[in-house]
Amino acid sequence: MEILLAITVGVLFASSIYLLLKRSLVRVVIGVLILSNAVNLAFFTMGRLTRGEPPLIAADEYVAAAGVANALPQALILTAIVIGFGLFAFALALIYRYYLATGNLQSDKMADAETPVADKFALANKEGE
Amino acid sequence: MENHVLLVAPLALPLIIASLGMMAYKSRAAQRSIAIVGAVGQVIVAALLFQRIWEESIIVAQMGNWAAPFGISLVGDTFSGIMVLAVAVTSLAIFIYSLADIDEKREHYGYYPALALLTMAVNGTLLTGDVFNMFVWFELMLISAFMLLSIGNTREQLDGTVKYVVINLFSSAVFLLGIALLYGIVGSLNMADIAVKLEGYDNPGLITSISILFMVAFGLKAAVFPLFFWLPASYHTPPVAISAFFAGILTKVAIYVIARFYTLIFIQDVGYTHTILLWVGGLTMVIGVLGAAAQYEFRKILSIHIVSQIGYMIMGIALFTPMAILGTVFFVVNQIFVKMNLFLISGIANRLGGSFELKELGGLYKNYIWLGVMFLISAFSLAGFPPMSGFWAKFALIYAGLEIQAWVIVGVALGVSLLTLFSMVKIWAFAFWKPLPEGHSADTSDYKLRISTSNLLLLAMPVLLLTLLTILIGIFPEYLYAVSERAAEQLMGRTEYIEAVLRP
Repeated sequence: MEILLAITVGVLFASSIYLLLKRSLVRVVIGVLILSNAVNLAFFTMGRLTRGEPPLIAADEYVAAAGVANALPQALILTAIVIGFGLFAFALALIYRYYLATGNLQSDKMADAETPVADKFALANKEGE
Repeated sequence: MENHVLLVAPLALPLIIASLGMMAYKSRAAQRSIAIVGAVGQVIVAALLFQRIWEESIIVAQMGNWAAPFGISLVGDTFSGIMVLAVAVTSLAIFIYSLADIDEKREHYGYYPALALLTMAVNGTLLTGDVFNMFVWFELMLISAFMLLSIGNTREQLDGTVKYVVINLFSSAVFLLGIALLYGIVGSLNMADIAVKLEGYDNPGLITSISILFMVAFGLKAAVFPLFFWLPASYHTPPVAISAFFAGILTKVAIYVIARFYTLIFIQDVGYTHTILLWVGGLTMVIGVLGAAAQYEFRKILSIHIVSQIGYMIMGIALFTPMAILGTVFFVVNQIFVKMNLFLISGIANRLGGSFELKELGGLYKNYIWLGVMFLISAFSLAGFPPMSGFWAKFALIYAGLEIQAWVIVGVALGVSLLTLFSMVKIWAFAFWKPLPEGHSADTSDYKLRISTSNLLLLAMPVLLLTLLTILIGIFPEYLYAVSERAAEQLMGRTEYIEAVLRP
């Protein structure tokens, strides 16, 4: 089972790096999403994978029996998933705003930060609204 | 006050301030006064915390009263204490500066709460003793930074933010992967506990490869040599108050984390990891300063200079002697003040001269001699001119290099100092010294056309505060030296930290 998940994590990493290197910003953002899922899956695998053994500690014991899956990584990736989801939502909203302001979604045509703007303190007109 | 109250206060206070600011969303005056009161309160809290750390060496609080390796520990040692104090003082400066620099619309979008949350996240990263908790603080830092970078939605800001967001999400993923692999090996998240458990681990090669993952993750955040490209692409886009905060604090927090990890946890194969760090540091210095030589925009020169200064800090960590770590601590604290001050001055120069482009600026020294003097003090401090504060920082680093006969890196550091001076003199000659270019519409001699006197005073006050601090550090370096010395002792002698955290 570990082998299968390890291969899955590898494939996810490869595809996310592939997407991150694309010119289209939408694909880049999807690449970020896949990357965070690949990392979460790797974290999940780190906590051992066992079938049919609940991580419960017997009434007269202080530690769980050997071979039981560790529940902590699962709790941690739950946090990481929520954080990753929030940041992904922000990234999507951001590229949407960027698209509304510039009409551009190609990363190699992004040059707005390099061209000097006359009045830096004026807020841009809300284009596209 | 109890230790745990003191350790939690730098996190709780900005959170309260941010919540109050959000509740007073509609009233501009209320938001502004809450922010300023909060920033002053934070300086007091940070000073109390630092005083306690100075008295008791390392103070620890276990959150939820869970014993050390199981719960989250908050740890204040001298390095984190002085960093929290520096962040509190500089964020007060930024809050005052923002009153005049940030326009009404941005204030209505929630500028002050976002800045307060950013300081909370920075304090959390500095004080936590748990790697996963540090990841969460890093993410909080990211989301507040994203918001501040993009607030106002100008085209160039959105452009800079897209680059910043993508690269930082990537670095967070690498950081989390590093934590996952580390947890898989030692089964612990507490930094002191990890350090203890790794001592007996018999496969150092695995630890070294994990340490490289962390190096990439933090290197991206600190903007070191092969990974710095996002910084000059994004730091000059938001309003000056925001770029100054980012420039002064965010990259230095990453340096703090590198210093923590590479003195506490990853010291199995110092010959390998710290040699990489030394190369990275040297190249970062050189590339940063050469990049600055090619720029002719005030803030772009300063942004890419951040990269160059990061190289010095990495150099101190890489040399890995108590003297070198001392130099890094001194350098980091000094840089927070100096770099932020230079950014704030660039904002005033823009208000008075009407541009950030050096070619369009001119005559600032003739008309505003006070601005010229304050710029010179900060610029010479950045370049390391005696008796300015930057001199003592570089002196400690170079002395440490000479002690262990690392001639090459010492030569590089000295050469880069000279080129730093070149960049600063370039700004001086173009923006302050030369007359206003022909046919330029801006009348630099009368600021009232551009900014009201009260606003100019608000902009000048924090600059004056930071300049005074720079001068004080320059004239009385022994106090910061003593602090850095103790911080270096605690970082290099890890047992004190480990015992303090794991003490039952």
